[in-house]
Amino acid sequence: MAISNEIRVDFPSLGENEGFARLVISAFLLPLDPTVEELADVKTAVSEAVTNAIVHGYAQRRGTVRLHAFLYDDNTLRVDVIDNGCGIADVEQARKPFFSTMAAQERSGMGFTIIESFMDNTEVFSQPGKGTTVRMTKKIGASAQLRDVHAL
Amino acid sequence: MLCFEKRGGKLVVYLEGELDHNTAAGMRAEIDNQLRDRSVMDLIIDMGGVTFMDSSGIGLVLGRYKLMSRRGGRVRLSRPGARVDRLMGLSGVYDLVEKQS
Repeated sequence: MAISNEIRVDFPSLGENEGFARLVISAFLLPLDPTVEELADVKTAVSEAVTNAIVHGYAQRRGTVRLHAFLYDDNTLRVDVIDNGCGIADVEQARKPFFSTMAAQERSGMGFTIIESFMDNTEVFSQPGKGTTVRMTKKIGASAQLRDVHAL
Repeated sequence: MLCFEKRGGKLVVYLEGELDHNTAAGMRAEIDNQLRDRSVMDLIIDMGGVTFMDSSGIGLVLGRYKLMSRRGGRVRLSRPGARVDRLMGLSGVYDLVEKQS
């Protein structure tokens, strides 16, 4: 699969950049003519990953969050959300529904579960003390292709 | 600034705009400030004006549920859009918080 487009945006781990990251990924995706549902799925997943980077990765300090997105020529979107923060010791546990280390701050522990249910594939690479990368992919237009098949 | 409507022991809060981790903190503070009135036993969270929500919205609703439970009150959700509804359903919020029709 060849890459047909790519963006890389670095921003400081500030809360207001959660909305900015959603705008960036929406703008990147729009040329593919996604459905309202697809766009909302991607925006929500990116919002969760960026929030995790800001709230957990850089809980104790300011750092840089990188949003690195690729479009492949088969209309697959890949988004990497990368931080160089504290990392996750037990990724398997972190991905469990309702698992949260920040219940007092009303973090629901549903972030990874939401990412997994809205994207086709999710991978988490993390090293304590080094940082975390959340890699998500989603094929855009998959539902439209299905509609076309049924129309035939 | 959120809009509130208070009648008797009932408080309606109208959430508006994008509900993420960044905006949830302010909304939470405003609601909890209103809830200092201990006569409020019925909190209705109106989601009709919410244009985006991620898991921070789940935390906000569950947090208010805990608060109201402690005083023997209840929380209801009103006018959730399709996306909000899906997220609330996915996380089991409706096991605790009634959806007002």
